Amino acid sequence: MGIISRAFSGRPREPDAKLPPGQYLVHDFPVLSAGPTPRVPLDRWEFSIDTAEGQVHRWSWEEFQALPQETPTVDLHCVTKWSKFGTGWKGVSLDVLMEDVESAAEYALAYSYGGYTTNLPLEDLLDGKAWIVHEYDGEELAPAHGGPARLLVPHLYLWKSAKWIKGLRLLDEDWPGFWETAGYHNYGDPWREQRYQGD
Amino acid sequence: MIKRLNWRVATLVSTRQETPTARTLVFDVPGWPGHLPGQHVDVRLTAPDGYSTQRSYSIANASSEDRLELTVQTVGDGEVSPYLTEVLEPGDQIELRGPVGGWFVWRPHSSPPVLLVGGGSGIVPLMAMVRSRGKSDTPFRLLYSLRDPGQLFYADELEKVMAGVEVAYLYTRIAPPDAGRAAGRLQAADLIAYGWPPETAPDVYVCGPTGFVEAAADLLTGLGHDPAKIRTERFGPTGG
Repeated sequence: MGIISRAFSGRPREPDAKLPPGQYLVHDFPVLSAGPTPRVPLDRWEFSIDTAEGQVHRWSWEEFQALPQETPTVDLHCVTKWSKFGTGWKGVSLDVLMEDVESAAEYALAYSYGGYTTNLPLEDLLDGKAWIVHEYDGEELAPAHGGPARLLVPHLYLWKSAKWIKGLRLLDEDWPGFWETAGYHNYGDPWREQRYQGD
Repeated sequence: MIKRLNWRVATLVSTRQETPTARTLVFDVPGWPGHLPGQHVDVRLTAPDGYSTQRSYSIANASSEDRLELTVQTVGDGEVSPYLTEVLEPGDQIELRGPVGGWFVWRPHSSPPVLLVGGGSGIVPLMAMVRSRGKSDTPFRLLYSLRDPGQLFYADELEKVMAGVEVAYLYTRIAPPDAGRAAGRLQAADLIAYGWPPETAPDVYVCGPTGFVEAAADLLTGLGHDPAKIRTERFGPTGG
């Protein structure tokens, strides 16, 4: 426990097992990003997966929409301390997108329209843990929140859920992304409070 | 070996009231490693029963040994900001760690002109950049959007003529009679009149509430600024 702050009591609260350490609950949906919001027309949108072995799998918007859709409800945890419970999304599981992808890669670099990147171990994208989502709360995903489509990896801090996703590059070696080279933690597990490098 | 950002004890030395709802807190932080303008710190408060909570605040001062200044705007129903602006007194201690953030920073040796676009309390990290500029040759232009003259932070300092720093005040609700511009939201015409043309390839920093940042960044890219040169920092409505 840290030093006690004189005359600080905090908000009335009950312990909440769903809230990771250092987080507080919000009911709105704050926006955080590092630059202007890119606008991606759907007729030019595509999502691709490049393997370390040089194969490319590609989906147009229509092809992506025709894939089996799931509607996950998940809790979000942002490294800037807010958490939001029970958010509803619609999109395609990475298990579906990876079904025909053959690769021995262990890492993935997610890259976005606008140039954003973030890295994850490939296993964190599989087995029902990650989606490419295009609807939030029953509406098409707004550009400020990552529309037309974003990655959703709710078990890691939200910066790993790349907005405006364009593709995944599968890699044999880990390749730190945008925030990961700007002082933030390489993995970003909210339950271990891995906010910054060295946490 | 990556060094962890450890929690440090910070002692409040003095305060400066910026507006009725915002004040600058000057902390003594032994061993503070220094920072780059634009970076922030995490602040942690702990109640007697062990409950603790954290928030992030932008650093307002130029890098200085052992000394850290934060300017905090009270968020009405906030849990932390009213404590920092109304309860904390000189001699009191809090915990903080940082500096955090390696993207929304200005490195004083970089050469292109700098365009700063701030909305409301988004002025704070931009002021750290102005204060860090010192005698650098890099020309700065600051567009400061604020609701009315009563919301102005750092009034005395900004009103002094700073060679190489041009400041334009963009009042959104109530403009003083000599403002030379009717009250209203930031427009492309403001960026043309008071900013740098895209051909000069300025480094652009935009900070403020989400709606302001979205609008400003869209206007800048619409005018032809390279999106890769526009760095943004957003204060959500839940920054409290």
